[in-house]
Amino acid sequence: MKQAFSIAAIVMFAVIFGGVVAGYEQRQVLSALAQYYLVQVPTELGAPNVVTGILIAFRGFDTLGEVAVLFMVAAGVGILLGGTSGSGRIDERRKPSELVENGAEIVLPLIFLFGAYVIMHGHLSAGGGFQGGAIVASGVMLLMLAYPKSRLHHGFLSITESLAGVLYVSIGILGIVFAGGFLDSRFLPRGEFGTLISAGAIPVVSALLGIKVGAELSVIIDRFRN
Amino acid sequence: MNLPVSHILLATGFALSLIGLWGMLTQRNILRIIIGFSLIDTGLHIVMVATGYITGGTAPIFDRALKVSDATIRAVDPVPASLAVTAIVIGFSVTAIMLAFAIRLYDAKKTLSVDALTESKW
Repeated sequence: MKQAFSIAAIVMFAVIFGGVVAGYEQRQVLSALAQYYLVQVPTELGAPNVVTGILIAFRGFDTLGEVAVLFMVAAGVGILLGGTSGSGRIDERRKPSELVENGAEIVLPLIFLFGAYVIMHGHLSAGGGFQGGAIVASGVMLLMLAYPKSRLHHGFLSITESLAGVLYVSIGILGIVFAGGFLDSRFLPRGEFGTLISAGAIPVVSALLGIKVGAELSVIIDRFRN
Repeated sequence: MNLPVSHILLATGFALSLIGLWGMLTQRNILRIIIGFSLIDTGLHIVMVATGYITGGTAPIFDRALKVSDATIRAVDPVPASLAVTAIVIGFSVTAIMLAFAIRLYDAKKTLSVDALTESKW
């Protein structure tokens, strides 16, 4: 009976989705909003990557909210898992193999370097704060797998994260004072199009975002370990 | 046969969502239900990005391959891509909270089966 209901629900969704796919016409022209962004981001903001320009400048307030959501998730996971008596379980686990330990020694610096590269080149090529932060956090994950006894310094991480958040909001306020509005990146010079130091405050915000996301994701991963 | 790119992407994304829905409805293990949720999430991200595709478009990043002057002719819609970044972050947050709840439930019940959770049944 239950199976029949599940199958019926899936078949009905499949019919709806199939109708959507069958009725969809591949778009030939961009919407007015997309055209506006595609013209404004390179000319006004000076950022070659339009997606990063939208995320950090036009939708900057939304990005700030996202980082706040991540912070609340880190706090929520901490509350949910804080009381568990799991601290004794770590020693019983199997040791990581030699391959993982030695591999981590070689790969870890490269992962962190690549994360920093992705964060800093967010306005030039595919990447940005969120993506680079996730790469850094995946490096922290490998660190935990290779060295189960290692401890993350939560105090340091939370201070870094809070400082990055404060600086992020300060840059937003500087945008109100010197440019068009909150999180307007145009108060710094636009620079030469397509170079590392260009596009106003976008690289600065991207770096702060990367630090904040990397620290938050590392804290979330570490909470699950204990 | 010449299928449009966005139709292939839409079909893939919706198929992935249906697999996730099937997993959520039929599996009894909480971790598998969470994996089903993640599959729905990922499938819908693919659907979102697929709706931004323009025939013959390329990534909206200006370099040697895409000049600023022909931005509005050759680039795909950047809005769904930036919305997908938001959706990924929110999906990650929800998954993390669900996994934390799964750990707490395992601590309380010593099992991950949803059949053990009889309190919330009506």
